[in-house]
Amino acid sequence: MNAEPTGTAGTEPTSTVTLRVNGQSRSLRLPDRRLLSDALRHDLGLTGTHVGCEHGVCGCCTVLVDGRPQRSCLVFAVAADDRDITTVEGLATADGGELHPVQQAFGECHGLQCGFCTPGFLMVTAALLARVPDPDEDTISEAIAGNLCRCTGYVNIRAAVRRAADLACGPRAAGE
Amino acid sequence: MKPAPFQYHRPADVAEALELLAGLDEAKVLAGGQSLVPLMNFRLASPAHLVDISRLAELADVEVTGGGVRVGAAVTHSELIAHGAANQVCPLLGRALRFVAHEVVRNRGTVCGSLAHADPSGELTAVLALLEGEVSLASRRGERTVAAADFFVGHLQSACEEDELVTSALFPRLPARSTFVEVARRHGDYAMCGAAAAVQVAGDGTIAGARLAYISMAPFPVVVDVGEVVTGRAQSEVDAAGLYDLVTSAVDPRDDIHASAGYRRHLAGILAGRAIAEAAA
Repeated sequence: MNAEPTGTAGTEPTSTVTLRVNGQSRSLRLPDRRLLSDALRHDLGLTGTHVGCEHGVCGCCTVLVDGRPQRSCLVFAVAADDRDITTVEGLATADGGELHPVQQAFGECHGLQCGFCTPGFLMVTAALLARVPDPDEDTISEAIAGNLCRCTGYVNIRAAVRRAADLACGPRAAGE
Repeated sequence: MKPAPFQYHRPADVAEALELLAGLDEAKVLAGGQSLVPLMNFRLASPAHLVDISRLAELADVEVTGGGVRVGAAVTHSELIAHGAANQVCPLLGRALRFVAHEVVRNRGTVCGSLAHADPSGELTAVLALLEGEVSLASRRGERTVAAADFFVGHLQSACEEDELVTSALFPRLPARSTFVEVARRHGDYAMCGAAAAVQVAGDGTIAGARLAYISMAPFPVVVDVGEVVTGRAQSEVDAAGLYDLVTSAVDPRDDIHASAGYRRHLAGILAGRAIAEAAA
């Protein structure tokens, strides 16, 4: 089993999987071992979800499953059958119109440098603000603690999360 | 890396899950997968079959009684943290669960999965050991209950047999004050040392007894009764040196890449004082 090359998709166990991704229902025939991260990227072409460590440490692949942030590299696609998945592509309005407040805030605050980790940070931040609209510093740090960034030093990321909260709460809360 | 090929099974109920576990070779139970999937991605584990129990309604309950909290095998860490009644009966659960990885992992990882995985640094192993809880197991051969002291048998090894399914874990109510403390490189990392503490406080405010359960000190949780050095004293008058000496001679940790044995032993002594103070306060 271990020695099998990866190009054996025709002979290994497969299942039909229905994923509702960013509101669209998609049915796929996938190898049982397909990770949700790979199903999103390779089978659905949604390459906004990034794959870093593939063992649940870096947080780059974080997506929302039924509204809760989860590591898509630690979920088999077949185990996400019939679940609602939100990827970073689902944050902005359709056709890339208006940015989500979290995306706008990360841009304004330079909450990214190389951008590799950014989709994960955007997803945990969006989930945080949906649950806690006005998070304090500790809550922000705790929410992003499972995501690694090698460029920014996190100062701007924390500022971006705070800015996103202000944007989402409207101009009054933003102090404008 | 990618996992090796396997066949996925989603049984409709526990009975079907037990049939599958009894009939399939090299099958593993998949609940949240937050420990199993990394092992599979690294190909440290390559089961031929996965039996997904995460959607079984029979395993989804948190049952709170005067005697304690029974947690079904499909209950996630996040669900238990958010369960008000469970944390009222057993506040130690919430205190320990906050140290389990990060929220993103707790959203999928299960309480019983953590116990079955039997990681020496798994916070809930110490909670179950301190509370003298038990794990319920089922297989086609029947059901049985294993006490915490007998459940954790070695490094990543529990008493759960290959054809068995952990169906629930019981965390008994503790007639004492409690807390959980740990030291990790960063919050959410594997603990270099961690301790669950239970402290009985008498009516006059003096300590009437205290026990600690350590993680990351041995392949399984280590329970240390420290009553002899703390009983009869007020929390502020605990003999800190005596407590340190008792604990550091009771644990026998090993070196690894994260910390030396000596440092881990030192942490155990220091955390004893912190845990007793925090629990008794």
